[in-house]
Amino acid sequence: MSLLSNTWFAERLGDHGIHSEYLEDHHPAHMPCLEIRRLDWAHAAEEAKRLGMRLVAIWAAEAGKHDVKAGKRRALYTYMALAHPEHRHALLRTELRGDNPQIHSISQHYIAAYRMERTMQDMFDIDVMDTPDNRPWLKHEHWPESAYGLLHTFDSKTPLQSDPERLDVDYDYVPCDSECAYEISVGPVHAGIIEPGHFRFHAVGEKILNMEERLGYVHKGIERAMKGRTASDGLKLAARVSGDATVGHAWSFAQACEYAADINIPARASYIRGVLCERERIANHIGDIGAICNDAAFAFMHGQCARLREDMARLHKEAFGHRLLMDSLVIGGVAHDIDDATCQKIMQQTLDIAEEVERLRDIYADTASIQQRVIGAGIVSIEDAKDIGLLGFVGRASGHYPDERIEEAYAPYDALNITIPTGKLGGVSTRVWVRFEEIANASRIIIQLLEQLPKGNIQTPWTAPEAGMSGFASIESWRGEIAAWVRFGVDEKIDRYFVRDPSAINWLGLELAVRTVPVPDFPLVNKSFNCSYAGNDL
Amino acid sequence: MSSIFIQILQAILMVLLAPLAAGFVATVKARLQNRRGAGVLQPWRNIRKLFTKEVVLADHASWIFRFAPYVVFTATVMAASVVPSLLLDTPLSLTADVIALVALLGLARFFLALAGMDIGTAFGGMGASREMTFSALAEPAMLMSVFVLSLSAQSTNLTTMIHHILSTPLLIQPSIAFALVAMLMIAVAETGRIPIDNPTTHLELTMIHEAMLLEYSGRHLALMEWASMVKLLLFATLIIDLFIPWGLSLEADALGIILALIFWILKLALLFIVLATLETSLAKLRMFEVPQYLGTAFVLAFLGMMIHYMLEVQL
Repeated sequence: MSLLSNTWFAERLGDHGIHSEYLEDHHPAHMPCLEIRRLDWAHAAEEAKRLGMRLVAIWAAEAGKHDVKAGKRRALYTYMALAHPEHRHALLRTELRGDNPQIHSISQHYIAAYRMERTMQDMFDIDVMDTPDNRPWLKHEHWPESAYGLLHTFDSKTPLQSDPERLDVDYDYVPCDSECAYEISVGPVHAGIIEPGHFRFHAVGEKILNMEERLGYVHKGIERAMKGRTASDGLKLAARVSGDATVGHAWSFAQACEYAADINIPARASYIRGVLCERERIANHIGDIGAICNDAAFAFMHGQCARLREDMARLHKEAFGHRLLMDSLVIGGVAHDIDDATCQKIMQQTLDIAEEVERLRDIYADTASIQQRVIGAGIVSIEDAKDIGLLGFVGRASGHYPDERIEEAYAPYDALNITIPTGKLGGVSTRVWVRFEEIANASRIIIQLLEQLPKGNIQTPWTAPEAGMSGFASIESWRGEIAAWVRFGVDEKIDRYFVRDPSAINWLGLELAVRTVPVPDFPLVNKSFNCSYAGNDL
Repeated sequence: MSSIFIQILQAILMVLLAPLAAGFVATVKARLQNRRGAGVLQPWRNIRKLFTKEVVLADHASWIFRFAPYVVFTATVMAASVVPSLLLDTPLSLTADVIALVALLGLARFFLALAGMDIGTAFGGMGASREMTFSALAEPAMLMSVFVLSLSAQSTNLTTMIHHILSTPLLIQPSIAFALVAMLMIAVAETGRIPIDNPTTHLELTMIHEAMLLEYSGRHLALMEWASMVKLLLFATLIIDLFIPWGLSLEADALGIILALIFWILKLALLFIVLATLETSLAKLRMFEVPQYLGTAFVLAFLGMMIHYMLEVQL
């Protein structure tokens, strides 16, 4: 494993007759981007699957303004990001030619690709061939058929006029025509204040046979809105992709930009980023554990967890200026330095909270009635978890352990010895167990980082790269790996931003987890995943 | 003071105190969870708010949907007014039969379930099906538990049963203990409390009682909510009457009634503190385990009855 360049994947592809070329305008070198022929696309995916790589994301991008040759149509590229536990990330790119761009589906190799392929169809008018699922994903009925939101020909200024004929068409849900089974449709408007998403259950009595998700109700056009922003403006938007993982998303965006421009941030800044990210991890896990217990009507934990989370939010406000740590990162570093007194305060609070969480954990473990609810509910098997490539704590509960703090070992985690909990049973109780373990681990990491906090600057001056440079970053946020890809265009403006929240993959795990679970257990299982709707819908 | 007046007072108190009782349980729960809580008056504020709001009706709501809140409220209040809370012998005591009481509550439940299904949403039907499944198990268990007491009183009339309990010397009767535990379990299930149902949940898929009310709004919802609070108070009073009736006034005089009121409120407070503690320390049961829970209650009541025959009947 070399930091300078990563040739492993290109060599393996070469062994199987897939010719690839390194793209010069892509950074960093240890996560190279390889150009392959369009016909090799599905073959390369098959090869990667055999090599034991997991799919990170696939997405498409039009060539930027700078890249348009006179009189020619804009080139359209599709990208595939893959990761290997030892040989790190590698990106593949291929160019789609012609007026009817076509690409082979890779869903038969990586099932997690099918929603991303549908998104490509919706946004770029790319015809994905041999796909198991041809339905629109983000493009709901009120979009006109001809609207392709990420093509340069799409006019983002005029409001969309919905097509009355399309409004009458119902989304083609998996049909349920049995006499005994019935359908329950839940959402997108729910009885409580939660994000919008639609769940279609097929149930027999109180037992779920199948659950189908339909998302996209909070599609905000983030990728489009990023176009034409400078890096620092873009960071504000990226930090709001999914509000509860603001540090993770801001970090992945900032790091992609920094890679693209080939600048290094000061060590002190990376340590503070680490502290922010781990604090975010603790706060969210605490909040979720409380909410999981509350879904089983064990309100005591909910109250206690809410209190701890509030304490953290107040200290965040005091030390970093925002309760949820928004805008605490800048491109090239962090926005706020911490003095010794604040450093002590954060360390002390982290220790106190970790200790209180341990006490709550005892109460949780000793309460038979809550244990009865969580044990054995919502199981995702190890095979399924690996097939889908489940990320973060959901993967770690089901025997699949990708962790970018170890695999990519970006600063500051390269200086630390990271241990991750390795669960295997894959139920709600395992996911809660992983979360408790991660709270303890994260607080150890925070203490280490703050004890060894290097002196120096907290920002490196930012200079935007030349047009056409792209950067890819992969950050382990609290939900799991956030992958971000940024390409710069003319005038130091961003020309394409793609981000894959871990939820985009973990939502698939939820569909499997709730099969054969009783209907009233669904909220409990759902909460134990706590996937982001905003992060998926973009 | 005439006993008619006290009968009316009793019924009014039952209806007016019900939201306070629900607020009291919520406050005790909040305190047990180290929270401040919204205060004892919050249910009253909610009801007042709901009465000032407009009613939003689904397009295909039939007359049943509009009619049901009034039936449910009236039936519950009727059931509540026959349960003696202050004075034992009232003009309505002849009608205070336990079987009639269960029937009145059954009528309310019937309309509630019909209204749940009337709109045709999945949740209404789901809630109605759960409610009916569980009540089919809860009702016999409740009757069985009451029959344990009726056996020694030789009557299913509440007043007669209470007279019998008050007139027998205070002895520890094992059958009563069984009946009490069964009754407590049933009361928790019938009033939709944790661990069977969670009245504060917002998760539509886990709801039983609330699922049937999802489409209600405005005064309809206010009546439905109010009825379920009255039901909570009714069950608490019923348990007090059947198992710890001491303090009930036998004569319709002012002093006796005031004392009875104080005793009643104290006993209610005690019972509700027990309920709140139980609710705080338990998570909700998995739904498939609810039938076992209700089955256990039935078996306990049945054992109480067997024990009554084996140990307590003088042949």
